[in-house]
Amino acid sequence: MASNPMYQFNVYRIGPEIKLGSVDISFTNASLFMVISSLAILIIFNLGAKKKTLIPDKLQLLSELSYSFVAKMISDTAGSKAKPYFSFIFSLFMFVLFCNMFGMIPYAFTVTSHIIVTFVLAAFIFVGVTIIGFMKHGLGYLKLFVPSGVPIVLLPLIVVIEIISYLSRPISLSVRLFANMMAGHTMMKVFGGFVISLGIVGGWLPLSFSVALTGLEILVAFLQAYVFAILTCIYLNDALNLHH
Amino acid sequence: MLKKIVILLFITCFACFNTVFAAESGGMPQLNPEFWISQIFWLIITFGILFIILTKVILPKISDNLETRKSQILENIEIADRQKEESQKKIDEYEKIILDSKVKAKNYFNDAREKILDDINKKRTAIEKDLDEEIGGVEKELSDLKNKSGEKINKIAAETSAELIKELIGEEVNSSSIAAIVEDQSKINKERKDV
Repeated sequence: MASNPMYQFNVYRIGPEIKLGSVDISFTNASLFMVISSLAILIIFNLGAKKKTLIPDKLQLLSELSYSFVAKMISDTAGSKAKPYFSFIFSLFMFVLFCNMFGMIPYAFTVTSHIIVTFVLAAFIFVGVTIIGFMKHGLGYLKLFVPSGVPIVLLPLIVVIEIISYLSRPISLSVRLFANMMAGHTMMKVFGGFVISLGIVGGWLPLSFSVALTGLEILVAFLQAYVFAILTCIYLNDALNLHH
Repeated sequence: MLKKIVILLFITCFACFNTVFAAESGGMPQLNPEFWISQIFWLIITFGILFIILTKVILPKISDNLETRKSQILENIEIADRQKEESQKKIDEYEKIILDSKVKAKNYFNDAREKILDDINKKRTAIEKDLDEEIGGVEKELSDLKNKSGEKINKIAAETSAELIKELIGEEVNSSSIAAIVEDQSKINKERKDV
């Protein structure tokens, strides 16, 4: 069973079964890694924010660089109006990044490789952005679906396409992250299995592949967290600065 | 571009592996709704706590740090600029002082040299005058002595010769003839010396 590449995505209960009414909310390995990632973020950034030295040490530098990195990302894509949402996007980026990176540790569980997790995040972003849009612009937010400069004849078609693309945002956002993480981890597992089954003679080729894939996966882990955060910024930009 | 290729690659891989292994494992664990509620619940709790702590505690600190650093750096740059200006001013002053003192020193030196040269010249002329006078006196004395000494020597020689002859012969010889002989002899001697 352990040689099955999908086995690593199994969720199992850790500790006793916890029930809230008839709903099972037991602590699982997924929950464990969510807690670990959050704790790691909190510890690292708390240590980095603690000291107030003019010349930062390593952790302080790390936290300050991350801060300015996310701040620059937001101001570049969504402008200065998006400043109140900085802490949410920062938390989101860090949470996804740390979950992805902890997933790279052998035998660890990748929280973001589960569609339900990424979908809840994406759906929350989608709902939040829509609410912000309607709060800022009222019903004028619906102009988002009517691009300017489109011939009247084509308008119905364009509006339908725009609405579909808008509604598919949470799905595309969540599936992108989930599929990337799952595919990468599955592939690494498959190549790892090849190393074992081909043995000492033929196992070197898949082993080198595995090594290369590990590097690629670390890149993808960062990239997907970045993409997730930057797409959130872009959606936020649509809601804050309506210029279609 | 690279991103797109990577994503495409991974999605195709995912699709392939999914069809290959789906039959064996009975589907993806991700689509098993058994723990969905649990995952959502824990996601909300962990992410909520993370978000709240980051927003309320940690991010303000980091932004505070960055702000203070920025302001301090700006302040330091300002101070440094001011100090630079001041030091430039001081350097200018210093150079001016040095230039002035160099000119002054030169003047002093020239004055002193002229004075000393004047002094030396004056003293030298005075000394030379004295010396000339003295040399002149001495030369005169010497020439006087020289002129007188010849006559005296001849006189002494004539007297001593007269005495000697008196002793030798026991007679007195005419002193004038002796003087003539001595004069002749001294002339001969002089000629010999001159030759």
